[in-house]
Amino acid sequence: MDLFVETFREALRLLVGADPYLWQVVVLSLRVSGSAVLVGLLVGLPIGVVVALARFPGRRLAIALIHTGFALPPVVVGLFVYLMLSRSGPAGGLELLFTPGAMIVAQALLAAPYVAGITLAAVQAVPPDVRLQAAALGAGRVRSLWAHLREARLGLIAAVVAGFGAVISEVGAVMLVGGNILGETRVMTTAIVLETRRGNYATAMAMGLLLLGLAFVVNLLLTRAQQGRLGPRSWS
Amino acid sequence: MLRVEAIRRSYGGHQVVDVQELEVASGEVLAVLGPNGAGKSTLLRLLLLLEQPDSGRILLGGHEVRRGDLAARRRMAAVFQRPFLFAGTVRDNVAFGLAARGVRGAERERRVAEAIAAVDLGDFAGASVARLSGGEAQRVALARALVLSPDLLALDEPTSSLDVSVRRRFRQDLERLVRARGRSVIVVTHDPADAFLLADRIAVMEAGRIVQQATPAELVLAPATPFVAEFSGAELLLDGVALEVDPPLVRVAVGRELSLWATAAPGTAVSHGQRVHVAYRPEHVTLARADAAADTSAMNRVLLEVAALAPAGSLVRVRLTGSIELVALVTSRSAAALGLAPGGRVLAQLKASAVHIYRAE
Repeated sequence: MDLFVETFREALRLLVGADPYLWQVVVLSLRVSGSAVLVGLLVGLPIGVVVALARFPGRRLAIALIHTGFALPPVVVGLFVYLMLSRSGPAGGLELLFTPGAMIVAQALLAAPYVAGITLAAVQAVPPDVRLQAAALGAGRVRSLWAHLREARLGLIAAVVAGFGAVISEVGAVMLVGGNILGETRVMTTAIVLETRRGNYATAMAMGLLLLGLAFVVNLLLTRAQQGRLGPRSWS
Repeated sequence: MLRVEAIRRSYGGHQVVDVQELEVASGEVLAVLGPNGAGKSTLLRLLLLLEQPDSGRILLGGHEVRRGDLAARRRMAAVFQRPFLFAGTVRDNVAFGLAARGVRGAERERRVAEAIAAVDLGDFAGASVARLSGGEAQRVALARALVLSPDLLALDEPTSSLDVSVRRRFRQDLERLVRARGRSVIVVTHDPADAFLLADRIAVMEAGRIVQQATPAELVLAPATPFVAEFSGAELLLDGVALEVDPPLVRVAVGRELSLWATAAPGTAVSHGQRVHVAYRPEHVTLARADAAADTSAMNRVLLEVAALAPAGSLVRVRLTGSIELVALVTSRSAAALGLAPGGRVLAQLKASAVHIYRAE
């Protein structure tokens, strides 16, 4: 218990003192995970919307595959991306391995199924009456679709939250494809693993506290947006 | 304004709509009246170009139109049974259709404000629609359609989602708003009260087909089929047998040792001995004291016993038994003046012109 208390005190001291190493790792973590969530949204949102609204052969299979993506082990995704980006892999020429780019690719592959799956559920939950009513008031296809998606916005924000949660706390994928290189590819989760193994418990705990705090703040902002604190929007 | 020619629509092999002819004239209010499952809502979606019929034509202003014709669709506006309001404020919702048509700025604001005021929701303009009651939401949906000044306004079961307490007021307001602007309106409803209050003409729909198109008065006085008679509020008597035919009058044996004089519906030929259905409306049965002298022109007079009395708003529904079972609808004042009570005897009178006869099926 004494170890825990002492480690906690030291971790707080590092945080208050704005240790440069800590903040370098945090900034990189935000950059990598933020970019990964963005890519995951760009890929996952349209897939979720199309699968929710369109009727095509193999739709049920597509839904099953999306849901399977929820259970993808991060380290397996990391292995897959590693093999693809390695020098002898099909995308080896991009020279992305052991760079933040490879980490973004791996985390985007983790985030996209969450985004697609939750978007699918959110869009399906909106009554089809919405588009019918929009069309009956003279809206074209795009505006009718926009009306439908706007009704699903609470679920769409939940998709963003889920995507972010899937990537900010994973370690397996970024460890494999990033290599945990100081100043280059070391993020909070891989730093915690490394510093714990070195016995630098205070540093590891400081990273952990930052990770928890970051996750909380981002989710708080998204929750406020979801629950309407940012105010109703008007049509233009 | 709008004309339909031989449209059909099926789902999974089941024919839902089969309408040979239907027309809404400019400035006319047409009600499509029928029970749930008659195909009314499907017909409405076809007319609004939200679905494509399997066959047939729809003409708007004399020109054939099809699903996907956005310009034609924008000449119409609809209020559906469930008032689905988009997330946002009352003002946002009323502005939706105008925004879709590219109406911006001061003109849009002016028209939105006028429409909101017209449905008496001026105090709610900036309110979130999530806070509205069912009646208020329906008003917003109505304003959202009226603001577009459509050539054709469609109302799908406009009062069915409302509580009984607000339905009457809304119906009256609807009549005022619908008639004030002289536009063409289609009202789809299963409630004869909506149809009879709002419509210039009523098209009765059964199993996907229009079985009669007539004014409200014609529908009451000369329903074309037993279904129309029953659905528009008439009561069906027991089956009878035609005893004497003196066109258009027919004497029909009904009940125990009793016959009634009835009028054959237009185009209905009845022969002696034929089995027939007979229908009448409860409000056409007049009651008098059992000892009253017969001083009316009613050809049908029969002494019956009061079996039960049931209040129906400001009226009283009187169930009568004896040589025949009848139902009468009288005012509370009349019931009191006659001293109506279960077990008492009354003289029931019914004009032959108020009793309609159909050939038995």
